[in-house]
Amino acid sequence: MSEMQDYNSKLSDPASRRFETFSYLPEMTDEQIRKQVEYIVKQGWNPAVEHTEPENSFDHYWYMWKLPMFGETDVDTILKEAELCHKAHPGHHVRLVGYDNYKQSQGTAMVIYRGPIEV
Amino acid sequence: MATKTYSAGVKEYRETYWEPDYPIKESDLLACFKITPQPGVSREEAAAAVAAESSTGTWTTVWTDLLTDLDHYKGRAYRIEDVPGDDETFYAFIAYPIDLFEEGSIVNVFTSLVGNVFGFKAVRALRLEDVRFPLHYVMTCSGPPHGIQVERDKMNKYGRPLLGCTIKPKLGLSAKNYGRAVYECLRGGLDFTKDDENVNSQPFLRWRDRFDFVMEAIEKAEVETGERKGHYLNVTAPTPEEMYKRAEYAKEIGAPIIMHDYITAGFCAHQGLSNWCRDNGMLLHIHRAMHAVLDRNPRHGIHFRVLTKILRLMGGDQLHTGTVVGKLEGDRQSTLGWIDLLRKPYVEEDRSRGIFFDQDYGAMPGAFAVASGGIHVWHMPALLSIFGDDAVFQFGGGTLGHPWGNAAGACANRVALEACVQARNEGRELEKEGKEILTTAAKHSPELKAAMDTWKEIKFEFDVVDKLDTAHR
Repeated sequence: MSEMQDYNSKLSDPASRRFETFSYLPEMTDEQIRKQVEYIVKQGWNPAVEHTEPENSFDHYWYMWKLPMFGETDVDTILKEAELCHKAHPGHHVRLVGYDNYKQSQGTAMVIYRGPIEV
Repeated sequence: MATKTYSAGVKEYRETYWEPDYPIKESDLLACFKITPQPGVSREEAAAAVAAESSTGTWTTVWTDLLTDLDHYKGRAYRIEDVPGDDETFYAFIAYPIDLFEEGSIVNVFTSLVGNVFGFKAVRALRLEDVRFPLHYVMTCSGPPHGIQVERDKMNKYGRPLLGCTIKPKLGLSAKNYGRAVYECLRGGLDFTKDDENVNSQPFLRWRDRFDFVMEAIEKAEVETGERKGHYLNVTAPTPEEMYKRAEYAKEIGAPIIMHDYITAGFCAHQGLSNWCRDNGMLLHIHRAMHAVLDRNPRHGIHFRVLTKILRLMGGDQLHTGTVVGKLEGDRQSTLGWIDLLRKPYVEEDRSRGIFFDQDYGAMPGAFAVASGGIHVWHMPALLSIFGDDAVFQFGGGTLGHPWGNAAGACANRVALEACVQARNEGRELEKEGKEILTTAAKHSPELKAAMDTWKEIKFEFDVVDKLDTAHR
């Protein structure tokens, strides 16, 4: 058994902030993100890009980047929009959402660009 | 119209209540009982007796029978089937006219269906296997206060199952120490923690102290992690007045979710609380203490799939369903059957899953399936594969028993869950590649590595106590 470790999470440490699904894994590589986008498309969900200032990330509503990409199935187009959003707002968190219009909910949501957090 | 004349005495039930040619109405409430008749009682007579005693009949003819149209109100046994693998029992299918039941009252339906008839002498044992609630009746029930989608929206959890943990030891912690255990779990990455079912308001842990300390734990963990958190505050209480008092206080301090034991507390109290939850924007987690008293004996009692259906109709946003894997095993196919009954809008008859009737829930929302009991990180691939996303996995010992404590245990579970979700989304086969997925994830998570070392790899054996009726038991 390895030696006991401290669980180093603090109010004062920006690295302790999480972003829901996949935020306990290391940041994904481009290839890994691509596979998640493929999953969203395969489920028939409508991809969307949203962003926020890190200090407002607890809010339900982030800023929409344009409109959800209804019916968009091209992975490159979806990734391109996320990248455009990131370039326009380099200090923001950017998340990718898959809207499920049958369940009237989000099928999934994941932060793919993490902005710098100040405490 | 033929008139009937009064003739006192005892008639065979089958003369009145056995109707193999009865055309089932869409609005009929249908029930399937497994009957073990007394020796010498024919199947038809036993089935008819059950139909009679659970609807309009009594043991002898009474003159007041003739003041009404009993043909309209009576339940009818309409079909008999062999039970695979059990010669001493048989299935009886009974149709009840919807008029027999007060609208929206599971209390009333069950007072009839599983009332006096279960102690009836003509049957040695009796088990309610399944009930088809007609959509007409479903529409009179209020259902889950919020349901899966609204709970996801309120808690901001998408694309994955939720993670919980029951605080242990079950009994004995002070309120402040209890809140500490909650805080550690939530800051480590769990979405929810839970009061154990028997945590109500004991002398060492009064409810109000517990609520206050737990709420502070939730709020701090939310700020620390930036994620939404909750703790199922158990409002199960000796009286409805006390129950509502606790629920009101939970609302006052901003708790997002409370919990209730729907069987021990009683259906009347439960349905009232569920209505309160919808009126007050409170999520409702449901524990099922006492269920095994009713559902474990294969020949007597009420099958859990029925208890699942009535919970959905009475209301609840999460219900314990068993884990399939873990310490409280349940038959895999049977469990898949009742989690469908909990979550889906329409479930078709499927005897391979123990489902005897089509069940249409109309627009009634579904509830989360809660898998809890003896599970740990090594079970994660199988749990995700079995339950999918609309479930809460509750690791009690599997969080609190981590060698570095609750926060590390919580983190290990969260990493394992997310690694499995990522892998599934990439098209990988979870139950086949589970070990590799977890081992890879552990490379960047010392917490997961330590958890995997502590509990070791488990083997999956689906050899269980509560089996479906098949020819080779």
